[in-house]
Amino acid sequence: MTVYTKGVVFDGVDFDDPDCWKLDRYVKRGGYAALRKIIEGSISQDSVIAEVKLSALRGRGGAGFPTGLKWSFMPRQFPGQKYLVCNTDEGEPGTFKDKDIIELNPHALIEGMIIAGYAMGISVGYNYIHGEIFQDYRRFEAALQEARDAGLLGENILGSGFSFQLYAHHGYGAYICGEETALLESLEGKKGQPRFKPPFPASFGLYGKPTTINNTETFASVPFIIREGGQKFLELGKPNNGGTKLFSISGHVSRPGNYEVPMGMPFAELLALAGGMRDGGKLKAVIPGGSSAPVLPAQIMMDVTMDYDSISKAGSMLGSGAVIVMDESVCMVKALRRLSYFYYEESCGQCTPCREGTGWLYRIVDRIERGEGSLGDLDLLESLGKNIAGRTICALGDAAVMPVQGMLKHFRDEFLFHIENKRCLVH
Amino acid sequence: MLTADSLFQIDLELKKYPESQKRSAVMSALRIAQSELGWLSQDTIKFVAGYLGLMPMAVYEVATFYNMYDLAPRGKYKLTVCTNLPCALSGGEDALDYLKRKLSISIGEVTADGRFSLHEGECMGACGYAPVVLVNNHSMCRNMTPQAIDSMLAEFD
Ligand SMILES: Cc1cc2nc3c(=O)[nH]c(=O)nc-3n(C[C@H](O)[C@H](O)[C@H](O)COP(=O)(O)O)c2cc1C
Ligand code: FES
Repeated sequence: MTVYTKGVVFDGVDFDDPDCWKLDRYVKRGGYAALRKIIEGSISQDSVIAEVKLSALRGRGGAGFPTGLKWSFMPRQFPGQKYLVCNTDEGEPGTFKDKDIIELNPHALIEGMIIAGYAMGISVGYNYIHGEIFQDYRRFEAALQEARDAGLLGENILGSGFSFQLYAHHGYGAYICGEETALLESLEGKKGQPRFKPPFPASFGLYGKPTTINNTETFASVPFIIREGGQKFLELGKPNNGGTKLFSISGHVSRPGNYEVPMGMPFAELLALAGGMRDGGKLKAVIPGGSSAPVLPAQIMMDVTMDYDSISKAGSMLGSGAVIVMDESVCMVKALRRLSYFYYEESCGQCTPCREGTGWLYRIVDRIERGEGSLGDLDLLESLGKNIAGRTICALGDAAVMPVQGMLKHFRDEFLFHIENKRCLVH
Repeated sequence: MLTADSLFQIDLELKKYPESQKRSAVMSALRIAQSELGWLSQDTIKFVAGYLGLMPMAVYEVATFYNMYDLAPRGKYKLTVCTNLPCALSGGEDALDYLKRKLSISIGEVTADGRFSLHEGECMGACGYAPVVLVNNHSMCRNMTPQAIDSMLAEFD
């Protein structure tokens, strides 16, 4: 189910139309007008970047880094090839928004990438697509071909002298490739193991060349910003939290799906949009930003608004916008056990604290869940967390630790009950 | 070793990358080879390496790093069920259990007639459509209730 109350990424899309992804439909709802506006009005590169800065668009891939600022880091006068890369490797449990973008509105992404290429003087781009969504990879390739045939993509776009080539690259099942430097390694045909930073991709990226990487939703927001103006995008949301956001809602709600709503919508309202709790269940907890975000109990969640600043103040993060809703039938120890297994399974093995530490986290949570834990295990989990977080090349280590810390902070009693009574409080 | 059609598809992939960066096509070349042959044997890996002008080890490294490459024969229909938390909240584990009972195999096993193998997967980026079952790596089936699983199985030859 895909819904918008205010569409930026899905502006005007009729989801009931099986051809809604096609070029003619996209053009009919105002598509490629932003690109034409830039080319016909000879709008300068600096003006495009200034508009994106004004919009306060923040990266939708998880870290929320200001997009305009990132774009201004690209060396403008670099003599060699530069690259633009889109991150559609979404594998963060709970997140399924980028899949809907390339399935239902792929031209918004293509147009956004062409504009980004123009703004930074880049002539070649790649979209790295998550392995498990092969059908959507095919769909995206079909959309690329439509754009090429219409002269919107490729050599001398719309007679402007500006050329931009864009290709799709298909992943094959590795969460770590969502991390931007692992993604670059993978694009180069290697194991997806993250690189040390610095150097950052803006100076040493794909094939060692200056590269800008953004998330799918980030790029797909750009056509609206150029067409309607950065100010209008900003005003849709809240200061410092501009625009709309796609929330992927999963778990115990009546209507799971993607909801594009203005940034800053109260959580209670978003929950109501998703049909409220499934089967009349009672809300227990929510993971508000993908599996790596610390869990928040119901009473805190019901007071937050869905934007970077509010959720961060409540002690979690907006992350990728994946909202995992849990009712009172959920055992938090079991929930954490499954998440910890995921990080253990997906650690790339490069850094000792992450490779060994994720295994330790999983085995300890597992034995607590089975009723074989001891009181010392809770301290052990805390100290392990301190020895993993911040001590690895990439943030997967931190991502594995945050759910553990969130659970112990808010649901410590359930862990204690498992240890002391050798059974579950819920079941 | 691979049909002309598979080689043609690999050549199309090669066109996406700079002339000097053939290695970038290794992931798609392995995918195309696996789609044709069902799994990746040592010989297939060596063939792909030769075709792209790479060391066999460089290709083997990639084949073992990514989860969706199969380094051993699997069922004619490879069924992967996501059991990560968001899916588990909406029946992911039940779908896996149902398939286990229905096919009388456990995770990682192939049915005696070689038709099905069952695998547990991580998040496929489709959590809103749980339970999800991925067939032969490329075809995603959504909302797989027991009835939906029954009709899916009935459609396979
Ligand atoms: C372990 C890990 C997984 C990540 N997965 C994704 C992902 O699936 N999609 C994504 O866009 N960013 C992901 N990121 C963030 C990227 O590294 C990067 O910050 C992002 O793509 C930048 O785009 P943005 O500025 O538009 O958000 C991940 C980061 C880490 C550490
Ligand atoms: S958790 Fe199963 S597809 Fe995301």
